[in-house]
Parts: sequence; C-alpha cells; structure tokens
Amino acid sequence: MIDWQALSLSLQLATATALLLLPLAIWLARLLAWSRFPYQGAVEAAILLPLVLPPTVLGYYLLLGLGGASPLGQAYHALTGRALVFSFDGLLAASLIFNLPFAVQPMQRSFAAIPREVREAAWVSGLSRWQTFRRIELPLAWPGIAAALALTFAHTLGEFGVVLMVGGSVPGETKTIAIAIYDQAQAFNDTAAAGMSALLLALSFGAVTLVSWLGRSVLRR
Amino acid sequence: MTLVARLEQAAPIPLAADIACDSGELLALVGPSGSGKSTILRCLAGLHRPAAGHVRCGDQTWFDGGRGIDVSPQQRRVGFVFQHYALFPHLSAQANVMVALQHLPAGERAAQARQWLARTRLEGLEARRPAELSGGQQQRVAIARALAREPQLLLLDEPFSAVDQVTRRKLLRQLIELRRALAIPIVLVTHDLEEAALLADTMTVLHHGRTLQTATPDELLARPASALVARLTDQPNVFVGRVIEQSPTTDTTLIEWLGQPLRAAHHAGFAVGDSACWVVPEAAVILVREHQLDRENTLEATVSERLAWRGHATVSARVGGRHDATLSFAIGAAVAQRRGIGPGARVALQLQKAAISLTPADPPSGSAASTRSELQT
Repeated sequence: MIDWQALSLSLQLATATALLLLPLAIWLARLLAWSRFPYQGAVEAAILLPLVLPPTVLGYYLLLGLGGASPLGQAYHALTGRALVFSFDGLLAASLIFNLPFAVQPMQRSFAAIPREVREAAWVSGLSRWQTFRRIELPLAWPGIAAALALTFAHTLGEFGVVLMVGGSVPGETKTIAIAIYDQAQAFNDTAAAGMSALLLALSFGAVTLVSWLGRSVLRR
Repeated sequence: MTLVARLEQAAPIPLAADIACDSGELLALVGPSGSGKSTILRCLAGLHRPAAGHVRCGDQTWFDGGRGIDVSPQQRRVGFVFQHYALFPHLSAQANVMVALQHLPAGERAAQARQWLARTRLEGLEARRPAELSGGQQQRVAIARALAREPQLLLLDEPFSAVDQVTRRKLLRQLIELRRALAIPIVLVTHDLEEAALLADTMTVLHHGRTLQTATPDELLARPASALVARLTDQPNVFVGRVIEQSPTTDTTLIEWLGQPLRAAHHAGFAVGDSACWVVPEAAVILVREHQLDRENTLEATVSERLAWRGHATVSARVGGRHDATLSFAIGAAVAQRRGIGPGARVALQLQKAAISLTPADPPSGSAASTRSELQT
C-alpha cells in the first residue's frame, strides 16, 4: 500500500526546493559562468561538496547548523516558537543546500555556453540588462535550467540519508516517501515497499529522461 | 557628426590611442594581433571602460574619465558588427533585426525589420535562424541589425574574417555601396591591409595600443612616419642607409646604401652622418633597360623570385647578391614573360627620387622582424 501522505510530502518538498532554488541557482550560475572573483575556486568547490560528502556527514553538519543551539535555529525559534530540525521547514532548508550542485552545475554550463559577444550585441542593440536576461539569456540557457529543475526535483524525491538525519521520520512533517519505503522494508511489508519503489523509479526515470532529452537539444543548437 | 576619442589604460591591454573620424568617413584601424584594435571598438561602444580619456560623438560626450561620464552601450546608439556576428541563435533573421528596433513602436518593428533585410538583400530569408544561413548571409543580418538601430556610429570588427574569399569580395562591394548612403562615422577593424586600403578614407596604424600614424591609405604607403609603420603596413622595400649630404637648394638628401649614392627628396630632419631608414613603394621601383644604368638612383639587381597572379607579377631582386637588400617591384605578368624576368635574370631598377621617404631608423632593440611576423599571425 502506498503511503500517500509521504508521497505528497515528498512532492511538496521537491517542488518547493526546485522553485526556491531556481532564482538562487540562476544568480550563482551566471556569477560563476561570467565573473572572475577572489576565491572563486573555493566557492565552486563548496557548491560541489554535497555531491561527494557521505549524506550522514552532510546531515550531521546540517543538524548542527540548523539545531536549537545554532544562530539559525535560535532565530527560527524566536520567530515561530518551534524548532527548525525535525520540521518540514528544516528539511526544506537542508534540501536547498544538498541540492545546490544539482541546480547550479547544469545552469552554469548553459550560461557559460552563451558567447560574451551575444550579450554585448543585445546591449548595443538597446536591450537593458533585464531585457537581455529575459529575451536572450533565458531562452538560450533554458535547457540547462530545465535540466537543473528536473535533477533537483528527482534528487529531492530520492534523498534518504540527509532527510533522516535532519528530519527524522515524523509522519506528515518529515516522513518522505524514501523514508516510508525504508520503514516498510524494515517491517517486511514487501508489497508496500515494492509499490512505492516502483513509483519512485518511474518518477526518477521520467526526470532523468527529460534531462537527457534537454541535453541533446542543447547539443543540436 | 564627428567621432573623436582619446583612450588610455595600462591593463589588461595598454592603450594610448587617438581616434578621429568624420561623418560619412570610414576609418580603418590596422595593426598586429594584440595591438588593441578590438579593445578600442569596445571602448567606443561602451562595452569596455578605459582608465582615462574621452569619447565624443557629435555634440554628445559618451565617456569622459575626468568628469566621471560613462554612457551605457544602450544609450550610445552604436551599430556594432561583431567578428563572428554574435547573432541571437534562437531568433529568426527578422527577430534578430527587430531586437535593434526598440526605439520604434512595437507595431512598426516587423515591417521595418523586413525593410532592413531587403536592403541587405535577404528577402525571403526572414524566417530563417542564423544556423540556417550561410556565413555571408549571417554577416548581412548582422549589418542589417547594426543599421536598424539607426546608429550615430557604425563599428565593424573584422567583418569579413569568417567568410571565404569569393563571398568576401561580394560583401566588400556591398559595403562600399552601403557606406555611400550612410552619413555617420564608420570605424573598421581589420588586419587585412588591402581591405583597409580599398574601403578606408583614413587609416590608423596601431601597435601595442598606441597610435603610430593616421593618414589616407596612399599617404601611409608613400610617407610612413617610421620604419615600424612601414613594416606594419607590409611595405617590402624598407632599408637603412646613411646620410652623406644635405642639399636644400637642389631639394636633395643624399644617402649612401651598400656603397651606392641614392637621392631622396630633401628631409631636414637628418644631419650628415645620421643613420636613416628609407622606404620606397613597389610602384616607384621602375624596371629600365640595362644600358640605362647610369641614370639617377639606378641599381643593378638579380631576380630571386617572381610571383604571378591575375596578370600581375611581383618580382623580388637582390642588389649585390645580398639577402637583406631585396627590392620588390610590380610589373605586368606578360611583360615579365616577354623580357625573361625570372629567377637569375639581371635587371636594372630605377628608384624614383620623389617617392623615397626617409624616417628615423628603428631603435637598436630591433623589434621590426617580430612586428612583421605578428602582423602575419
């Protein structure tokens, strides 16, 4: 039996992560693609770190960074009266961080592929920076942006280690579908585990297919 | 409308350049790679901010380092044809041109863009994207887009470098026709000296971001300001001699070269005994009969090379058998054939006195050889 509540929570988390990361990742990707600034290598490495860190290590540091003793955790408690860890908001904050490389990397490659002269041609043609972004950069970088959104969405649906460390398994609050599958498998409820696994497999396959199709359409241009 | 600019900076590319171009005139910036030609265009368009100087077009100041004025590229009304055209790859030819028509009401842009495409002979190709157009067609879309802006200044950055030779000639003709109709200053960057000489009213020679000389193409070839300018403009006949006599009354500066006297028009800038660089254009080296060797400025030489192309032959001949004393001259290929002027033939060459120009010799660091190879890269 499929845990619809966990699925719905996962979909909410994935959608919120993708939408909130979109402007932040576009800003970071353009900055990294076109600007040169001190310690750029360190900034790029920090963004890539979630790709290589064990989820438990990343989860542990996020737990420290978002916990009640941390400035962020205290500020959140002062505002809402609730703890940030083991809540949906805490999970979302963690999700934004561990998805950074999945969102920034494809976008950065897309923006870097736009020749400087094309943007300059837009400026001398009279387009403002914002018009250039909307009418020239966004359409040209769109496949990379869409790929980043699909990857972020799929990766959030499937993330397990960090979610467990930061969110635990509070039904309706932090219990995502990946955790639900783990719980069902631990309880030897193979039918439910199989059903939910197949669903996650289909969603992830769809997302990856979309990414690969978008990637090919970039190459064709 | 006149363009006047002074551009200065130390890095990333050093600049100390003076640019001036009148309305309806075409100024060609020539010089080796890395001489700052493209950076100058970017400064004029507002895409690069120099450390100091000014850019004025007509009665508008676009940049003034001292007064903190730096008008954005959007407000400068510049038409810019980039080296690789920089067309918007996701937009049709018509939409590319429409982008430059922001100054018109939205409803008029499509019709106006079609008119510009028609003027650059692109009727029927309005819906095609850049990838579906040939190199020459892409270049014409870029020109249409630059002109659609109704610019006060047109900048062309090596506009013919990415097309084949045949297309290049066609485009050159179109550009010559087009510029007659434009009453704005046009600045062309090129490393092709023939192209520059064909199109330009004035040429500015640049080296390491510094303006060396500004003159008409004919003047530049006839009277290079220095040996470096002569070499940068690919003049083949550049040599060093020594001044042995100054005679203002006979309008003569007599120089000694390879033990022979050569008469040049009088140049007061040299004292007897000074080293002087002398330059003579290919066209002023005249092939005479062997029995005329006693004429003024006539030398005996041995032909080392003959290159014929489309009825013209460029002949190189060594004076005294020396590699570093090779005179180059041009004659009709048929004449060369008839008179047996090929490698090994002995010829008598007269250098026209009035065409010999004298400039200070290169500084001893001797960067001349390297500058020539830079220009050819």
